[in-house]
Amino acid sequence: MSTIEWPLWEVFIRSKQGLNHKHVGSLRAPDATLALENARDVYTRRSEGISIWVVESAHIHATDIDDAASFFEPSDTKIYRHPTFYEVPDGVKHM
Amino acid sequence: MMEQSALFEYVLRMSDDSLILAQRLGEWCGHGPILEEDIALTNISLDLIGQAISLYDLAADLEGKGRNHDQLAYMRYEQEYKNVLLVEQPNGDFAMTMLRQFFFDAFRLPLYEALMQSPVEQLAAIAAKSVKETRYHLKHSSEWVIRMGDGTDESHKRAQDAIDHLWRYTHELFYVDAIDHALLADGKIPNMETIQAKWMTTVTSILQEATLEIPKNNWKFEGGREGRHSEHMGYLLADLQYMQRAYPNMEW
Repeated sequence: MSTIEWPLWEVFIRSKQGLNHKHVGSLRAPDATLALENARDVYTRRSEGISIWVVESAHIHATDIDDAASFFEPSDTKIYRHPTFYEVPDGVKHM
Repeated sequence: MMEQSALFEYVLRMSDDSLILAQRLGEWCGHGPILEEDIALTNISLDLIGQAISLYDLAADLEGKGRNHDQLAYMRYEQEYKNVLLVEQPNGDFAMTMLRQFFFDAFRLPLYEALMQSPVEQLAAIAAKSVKETRYHLKHSSEWVIRMGDGTDESHKRAQDAIDHLWRYTHELFYVDAIDHALLADGKIPNMETIQAKWMTTVTSILQEATLEIPKNNWKFEGGREGRHSEHMGYLLADLQYMQRAYPNMEW
């Protein structure tokens, strides 16, 4: 018996209400067609979706958790990037 | 024969096909080759049980003896089940299960499509609801047949072995007798020859794509439609009926 594992796929589903496809989980499948069928069977049994995307997990590039400090922390101190930092002068209309 | 009882028999045959195949697929629950396929097989099983319930309800109405779908499904003797032999055949390996499914789906889809035009309203409504499920079942089983046939040497061999074994049971899908003739004459059901031609077109094209061959051997097995079953049926019914036999009329 073969011990080769099928590739892993990430599954994204657009719900009836939602505009965007949302990541819901992952599964294994030998190719894209069967990945879509498996996603349909595993993730849309209770009318969760009207559209499915699958992407081979290997094709997803992610940030490294070890880089989190340099990637994300600097923005924590830059409160002027939020509109609430600025006071609206009394005379300004239509804001 | 009274037309009402001919229609009862006809619907019962369809219900039994669905129920018995659903029971076989249910045996894969927890044993699928991979988790995803385990869920796929049991999904198909549940679709078939849903179809069986609708068909048994209709059969019970037509019979008019006050039996309900549970009594029809669980409280009959082996000879009273009218499913084709194909659907009661053991699961075997995954190739055997998938080829059995493929042969059945390729038959059920054109049957439902044609029954949507039936003047028997309830039957047309059941067909219209079931046709979407069946279209997916056929897509799924076809994809697997193609991948196994056109896959590795091992998967090709297993798929071909399954075809060689199951082919003898496929002829019975198109069995017709006095019941069918009576209903056909009244325009209640489609002509089985048309269904068979569509089945053959589907099977030929998918097997060709899968690099698999239709057996030359034209040996035919039948008997299920008359209640004569293979040796596997009794064991299947023992599993299927246990709860209702042990605890009659139980529900949950």
